[in-house]
This record gives sequence, structure tokens and C-alpha cells, in this order.
Amino acid sequence: MAAPQLIMYEEEYRRITAAIQRLNREANTKVVYLIDKNGQLISHAGEAQQIDATSLASLAAGNIAATGGLAKLIGEKEFSILFHEGEKDNIHISVIGQRVILVVIFDERSSLGLVRLRVKKLASELESIFHAILKKVETNANSQVPFIEITDDDIDNLFKD
Amino acid sequence: MSFINYSSREINCKIVYYGPGLGGKTTNLQYIYKKTSPQAKGKMISLATETERTLFFDFLPLSLGEIRGFRTRFHLYTVPGQVFYDASRKLILKGVDGVVFVADSQVERLEANIESMANLRDNLKEQGYDITKIPLAVQYNKRDLANVIAVSELRRLLNPMGRPDFEAVSVSGQGVFDTLKSIAKLVLIELKKGK
Repeated sequence: MAAPQLIMYEEEYRRITAAIQRLNREANTKVVYLIDKNGQLISHAGEAQQIDATSLASLAAGNIAATGGLAKLIGEKEFSILFHEGEKDNIHISVIGQRVILVVIFDERSSLGLVRLRVKKLASELESIFHAILKKVETNANSQVPFIEITDDDIDNLFKD
Repeated sequence: MSFINYSSREINCKIVYYGPGLGGKTTNLQYIYKKTSPQAKGKMISLATETERTLFFDFLPLSLGEIRGFRTRFHLYTVPGQVFYDASRKLILKGVDGVVFVADSQVERLEANIESMANLRDNLKEQGYDITKIPLAVQYNKRDLANVIAVSELRRLLNPMGRPDFEAVSVSGQGVFDTLKSIAKLVLIELKKGK
């Protein structure tokens, strides 16, 4: 298949969540989401209760995909940062390591400059964590699937009313 | 590309509904949304034009329950079927785990079906997938209409690979869940192989 599966292990999940919690604190943001490029939510930090995270993840990924398409049309590799300014809340979206999307939502308690600075600092740390995950996935290639012994009945049970 | 999260014990898979314009892809998702219990589904998002033609995609997250302690989530997407939205279709196929091809059974849509299937093959190839290997189910939709082509003929033209196929009337729900169940199964079997 085209791309290897993304697998998240406990240890890396904790490191990622700690990193985005730090971003949330230091940049004084409302909420931070980390999403994979296909629109799957990986982790979040901050005041997320009001927001439908699943929808947000798929739309942010669609947004990045669409602007990525635009970039290619004009001969750019990608647009690595998107910024949407609202009346109260703003969204800063950035692509990290060509693999994951960091979505930062902030209001007047923070500023675009601060968010950009902190996101930039965090990017290399996240990149190295995802590098470690990919390595782990490669080395565990055969033992990684949690339901190698899955049966037809298991699958049928999913669809029972 | 599925996403397995050991930390939250979740498996996420992406299924894309593909096919010619006005074939019933969005209607499939709407029916699934309508008939699924509130705990099992998230919000359905439709990025559509004012005339309710899909502009970018529809999105429906479904949570189907647990397998071996892992919660299985399926993210269902549709593509815009109209020919000129090809750039958007390519984007939505990124990271796909399984495809449902929704064919329009009406005589006058035969060419559009064939063209869309060829477009699917090309776009998958561009993303590095092989249509003969990726989990794929075919749905012959609109079987309730008068001017439909025989299923045997549609099968010969659109499904020579002999993938699981279903007759459907997506507005009334006939065949919708059979198709979904089949593609979910194919995706999970693929996952089991640990590709």
C-alpha cells in the first residue's frame, strides 16, 4: 500500500500529549489539536469541550489537502502554515514533518506572533517523536496488529443491532 | 491508511464512496446517518453547493464497537462525482483503506459509470494503490427505477474483478448497510494481514 500505517504507542502518545500541553500553556492558547494528514485525531490539549474534534480534524485535513493542491498548481511543495482570523477566535494550522497537522485555536489572550514562535519551536520535537514511531512500526512490522486472530464472527458482531 | 492507537485502544479506518455524479453516494451516507444510533455516530458534514451537489466531500464518522478490546472507528467520505472536480477526488483518496463504488444503474448513466471506474483506477494508481488489491465493494444503485441495466451486464462492465457487489436503492436504504458491512469487513481483513 501507499503509506505505512500510523500506529501510536503509549510512550510516544504521552510524549506528544505532554509537548502539545506545553504549547497550550506557553503560547496561552485555547486548545491545540494534533491530527494526522488523513484527518484522524491523534491528541489534544486545552479547553476542547465545546468543539466537535472529529469534525474539526477531518475539515482541517481537507483544508490542508486543498491548499496542498493549490501549492502544487503554482509550483510550490506545500503551504506549511495556514491562518484563519475570526472575530474572537483564530486558527493557526501547520504541517509538521509532512505527516501531521498541528491546529492551534487562540483568542486575544495570545497573539499570532507568539503562536508562530512556539509552534516553530515545537515542530522539531514532534518531528523526532514521529520519526521514532515510524522506526518502531518498521521494526515491529509483524507483531503490530492487535487482532491478527480476528474472526468473521468478531466482524459480524460489530454490525449487530 | 489505518491509524491504530494503542494508547486510546482505537483503530481508525477511512472508507471512500466513489462514483459518477448524482449516483447516490451522499444518499448512502445520509441513510447510514439516519439509521445509526446517536452513540455510534458523529456529526455528518457536507461540503456542498447551494444546489446540494457535493463540492468537496461529505464526512461521517462511525464507531462500530469493539474488536479484541479495540474500538473500531470508520470515517466515511464521499467524493464529488462531477467530472470537473477531479483534483478534489484525488485529495480525498489519500490514505484510503477501502472504496465503495456506487454505480448508477440507469441506462443513460452507463458511460458515466465506466468513466468514473476508470478515473478511480487512475487516481488510486496516482496515490500508489492498485485497484485490484485495495478493498473494494461495488453497489448497483437505483434498482427501483424503470430504465435500469441488468445487473449481470453492470457486473461484466464494472466489476470484472468479481469484488463483493450489491443491488441497492439508497433512498430507501435497500443494500446500503450490506455494502457498508462488506467494505468494513474487507478493510478489517486487510488490516489483519498486517500489510
